[in-house]
Order: sequence, then C-alpha cells, then structure tokens
Amino acid sequence: MADVNRGNRPLSPFMLGKYYRPQLNSVTSILTRITGNAMIVAALMIAWWLIAAATSETAFNRADWFVTSFIGDVIMFFSVLGLWYHSLAGVRHLIWDQGLCLEMETADKLGWVVIGGSVVLTLLTVIIV
Amino acid sequence: MRYITDRKRAVGLGSAKSGTSHHWHMQISSIALIVLVPLFVFTFGSALGGTYEEVTAYYSRPFPAIVAALTIWVGMLHFKSGAQTAIEDYVHGFTGRITIIAVTCVAYAIIAVSVYALIKLAL
Repeated sequence: MADVNRGNRPLSPFMLGKYYRPQLNSVTSILTRITGNAMIVAALMIAWWLIAAATSETAFNRADWFVTSFIGDVIMFFSVLGLWYHSLAGVRHLIWDQGLCLEMETADKLGWVVIGGSVVLTLLTVIIV
Repeated sequence: MRYITDRKRAVGLGSAKSGTSHHWHMQISSIALIVLVPLFVFTFGSALGGTYEEVTAYYSRPFPAIVAALTIWVGMLHFKSGAQTAIEDYVHGFTGRITIIAVTCVAYAIIAVSVYALIKLAL
C-alpha cells in the first residue's frame, strides 16, 4: 500500500457548458442542489428573527423590519418556492431509491410534476399565509 | 481459495469508505422533513407579520415552538450533510475541508441560536 496515490487521482470532468446538452433530468437535479443550499439565507433570517424576538422588542422590530421588508419578502417568496421544489424533488429521490419510476418517460413526467407542483404549492402558500 | 465473501472483500474500499450511512441519514431526515416542513411553513407563516406581543405569545405555545425547533434542527442537519456532498463534488483538497468545517459550524450555530430563542420564548 506504500505507493497508493492519495489526493492526486484524476477527477471526472465537470460536464457543464458547451460539452453538455441539458435535459429535464439534469436541470431538475441541479435545481435540487441550488434550492437546497440557497435556503441557508432564509434559515439565517429565521434564526435572527427568533433570537431577536427572544431578546427585546427593539431587537425584534429591527429583525422584523428586514424580514418583512421588500427584500425580505422577495427572499422569503423564493425560499418558499425553493422549499416546495426541494421537498417534491426529495420525494422523487425517495421513490427512485426504491427502484421505482426510473424509466425515462416516467422520470421526465415526475420532473414536470415537481416543477408544476412547486409552483402550485407556492401559490397556495402565498394565498393562505 | 479464500473463504471470504465478495461483500466482505468490498467493504470499506469504496470512495466513501463508510458505506451508505450518509445516504441513509439523508433518507431519515428527508422523510421527517416531509412531515415537518408543511407544519412549519403554515405555523411560521401565520406568526410572521405579527407584532412583538403577538409573536412572543404565539411562540410561547408548545405546538408552534416544537414544530419550529424540530424543523430547524432536522433541517440544518439535513443541510449540513447535503451541502457536504455538494462541496465534495466541487471543492477539493484543503479548501474543501475548510468549507465543510465552516458549513458544519454554521448549521450547528443556527440550531443553537434558534433552539435557545424558542426555549427563552417558551419560558
């Protein structure tokens, strides 16, 4: 094991850009990752809002002003969209993990369900909340 | 002839070393979040926009507070593992390790801050 190559092994190429033709599956996959990571912004805002509410009225008003401001509303709106999208895409992954719905046509259909479903759920959330 | 199964010989030799535990924990947290996320969206959503008195009163009730604590807790652990996978894909070597450490610290900090706030609001 003395000559084991550690850390300098070839990596698989990063297949985006002109060498790669995007299709529904790859786009929905990358959106799952983007939405999952982007929600950290909303998480930071919610943590700030909660700790401010636990601290004092002045602190709460400051945090609440930002969270309910125009920028805060825009961030929250896209976070809700991202949250529903990520949730539905996660359910799709759980289905795939069972070895189901892996045929191209079914997987594509589920992709549109994830996209359409997240828009519908976001509109419902905006109406109810 | 070696008296050893194919599985036994393969264990630990994959790039992930520890097998499927990371994936398994993502499945557990994702299923928990399917239940928690809708509950959190609609409880947090009805509290958001309220005055200081309304919000502190709302989050001193057990149900919204427990839903918020669980969602943030499980959600941040899920985020920590998910972001780690993404970092391992795009950021390599020393920078990658530092990024994973930073993301892990942020995730735990968000849990600690939120849970502390919720406990204080409840008491």
